[in-house]
Amino acid sequence: MYQLTIAEQAQGLKAGQFSSVELTKMYLDRIKRMDGGLNSYITVVEEAALAQAQAADQRLARGEAGPLTGIPVAQKDIFCTNGVKTSCGSKMLDNFIAPYDATVIEKFHAAGAVMLGKTNMDEFAMGSSNETSFYGPVKNPWDTSTVPGGSSGGSAAAMAARLAAGVTGTDTGGSIRQPAALCGITGLKPTYGRVSRYGMIAFASSLDQAGAMAQSAEDVAIMLGAMAGFDERDSTSVDKAVPDYTAGLQKDIRGLKVGLPKEYFAAGLDGDVARVIETAIEEYKRLGAEIVEISLPNSALSVPAYYVVAPAECSSNLSRFDGVRFGYRCEAPQDLEDLYKRSRGEGFGAEVKRRIMIGTYALSAGYYDAYYIKAQRARRLISDDFKQAFAKVDVIMAPTTPTVAFKIGEKADDPITMYLSDINTIAVNLAGLPGMSIPAGFSQKLPVGLQLIGNYFDEARLLNVAHQYQQVTDWHRQIPQDFV
Amino acid sequence: MSLDSSEVKKIAHLARLAIDENDIPQYAHNLSNILQLVEQMNAVDTDQVSPMAHPLDENQRLRDDAVTETDQREHFQTVAPQIENGLYLVPKVIE
Repeated sequence: MYQLTIAEQAQGLKAGQFSSVELTKMYLDRIKRMDGGLNSYITVVEEAALAQAQAADQRLARGEAGPLTGIPVAQKDIFCTNGVKTSCGSKMLDNFIAPYDATVIEKFHAAGAVMLGKTNMDEFAMGSSNETSFYGPVKNPWDTSTVPGGSSGGSAAAMAARLAAGVTGTDTGGSIRQPAALCGITGLKPTYGRVSRYGMIAFASSLDQAGAMAQSAEDVAIMLGAMAGFDERDSTSVDKAVPDYTAGLQKDIRGLKVGLPKEYFAAGLDGDVARVIETAIEEYKRLGAEIVEISLPNSALSVPAYYVVAPAECSSNLSRFDGVRFGYRCEAPQDLEDLYKRSRGEGFGAEVKRRIMIGTYALSAGYYDAYYIKAQRARRLISDDFKQAFAKVDVIMAPTTPTVAFKIGEKADDPITMYLSDINTIAVNLAGLPGMSIPAGFSQKLPVGLQLIGNYFDEARLLNVAHQYQQVTDWHRQIPQDFV
Repeated sequence: MSLDSSEVKKIAHLARLAIDENDIPQYAHNLSNILQLVEQMNAVDTDQVSPMAHPLDENQRLRDDAVTETDQREHFQTVAPQIENGLYLVPKVIE
């Protein structure tokens, strides 16, 4: 059953071939047997999952099931889950039992999905390798000496190893697409504002967006349909009707205009990864797509601008962790300042502290214009590049990452090298556009992801373009051999 | 921009972060490298470009000034480090 997609499992449930309780037990058993070497889950909620599965089976029996009813999923540990530990991968929240549900969690519950547990992640979603987690690194199921990517590395590894039918992630600079690429699964970061951020622990509020990862584009379409929509509790949520993302999957893509930005195929791109991407583009040509070379001339500004905007917003957002109302508090504080400083100094890991300090510096008196305002101006140039490109093409395609998964420890001591592993994903967040990564083949026996970038709120088209490719390829159905 | 140890200490204070004295040189090194990366932005003239604060250029939505939350103090304080009579306790601030 674990090989089945969400769409196939939903059919099996409706046809009575198996129950949600059986499906849930199967995943819980796989997690017990196989996650020890991966570390993809922080918390598994066995009893609650089985109770939800029973309720789902009753709902199925009543004929009231939706496409996610009874489907076992895992939630990134950044989403608040009422009564369940919500750590955000940090010592700061190691003792935090969330007192409410995030909107995303409420929506999965309402759809009748089963929550198996909460997945590991880089601390406060700051990282590209899942090595900054307080709970230890996650291993890539394709080669456990390599990273799964990050920050949604636990979700991506769990999905690749088939330890859940679908998983959630969040993407601030590539945190869904990059791990999806390195783990050989399908992932979508929607348009900024498409999915509610309420109850999703904030990192950089003008960039953060929740999304889904699964085997196939069809599964991601099903999940996005459940997650998306206006939420008045999130002030940046966009009030726009949610289309049926599965409705247009079958559409023919003949005549589709695909732009290849030359800046994403330049120096730094691994030759073998480039070959895999070119083969995927050839497949799209056979499907009738028209390939156009384009330019996004300000691409080089993305990483620098991001490392002002994201740390600045993070330094502000993370000021709430002060040791007073919830989270970690240091032992025997001398006075209030000591309480703040030591609770934060001991509760946060090194990467989080670095980013808070960069952000604090960039926002401090005398530096605000030179850093934050400058970065916001650069951000507009990056966004305008995409506007001009989308006047000419329907979607943009590029490698999701310049290389396949790197070794655990390889970049851990050098923040700059680590930051550059997101070089192909960051611009999309700065512009607020939707982006996907789909499995496109292998290099050195490790998965390669093809990135699809769409215009604002064009998720349905991205999913259609991804689905059509997945009808003629089977990269997305491959499972790492130790997890078969 | 290259940061020295005293600047790192000042930033850590502004951010209310206790940093181990032994770690300060490493922070100074890493933060300086990050600032150098960031300053690559300066290669492009952006004087005529308006800053972009929101990806969709939307304004903050306002809501009616109406009560929407119920009192859940006790529930929310179950995760607090230290409380007494419904109040959060911190070290004495006023002598």
